[in-house]
Amino acid sequence: MEKKKPKNVFVQGAISSEFIGTSIAKHQTKTSIGAHNIFLGQVRADQIDGKMVSAIDYTAYEEMANQKFHEIREATFEKFDLTCMHIYHSLGTVNAGEICLFVFVSSPRRKVVFKALEYVVEAIKADVPVFGKEIFEDQTHQWKQNS
Amino acid sequence: MQLTIKYFGMLAEATTINEEHLQTEVCSVSQLIKKLKNQYPKLDNADFKVAIDQQLVDQSHIINSEVEVALLPPFAGG
Repeated sequence: MEKKKPKNVFVQGAISSEFIGTSIAKHQTKTSIGAHNIFLGQVRADQIDGKMVSAIDYTAYEEMANQKFHEIREATFEKFDLTCMHIYHSLGTVNAGEICLFVFVSSPRRKVVFKALEYVVEAIKADVPVFGKEIFEDQTHQWKQNS
Repeated sequence: MQLTIKYFGMLAEATTINEEHLQTEVCSVSQLIKKLKNQYPKLDNADFKVAIDQQLVDQSHIINSEVEVALLPPFAGG
């Protein structure tokens, strides 16, 4: 188990594939792990009324969001036999095709990580005060809403 | 007493501010919202939840101390 103080989940801008790769590599020393599961949220170039989303500008109520992420972590460790868990979410502008959410769960056994990852991602979508401004190619915008 | 009111996302856009201080008597969340809607008519049709000191509360919650009130539009994380 990891230590339990609230962490800062937010990173400025897109989450790079190098960052994700390095994060995976860091687990090579944790040899009780038998299974990792990773969720990557990617900004989708939605077509809305003939206009294409080119980026999302993320903002958050950061203090409350970090507290919510912490509660989700605690609840997930309570429910599932995980070795470790990492969550990173973007703030600021993330272009279509780039990664805005990285959730990484690890356990001795595979069945646990399939269930745990879905639980974490759904909780993030429902409970964390993060807001997204979808910016179109013509620089107009609309506000995103999780469904 | 003085409240800190925070606006996020489309609500910050509608009010054109991120944060303000407001003097008020003891009131319920619904009374406070009514007051804010009078001040910012664009809030009238907006969909939002209210958090007090980072905890979601319902409309009947009584505000009786100097707290931070946040108006939170629909979440869009991930």
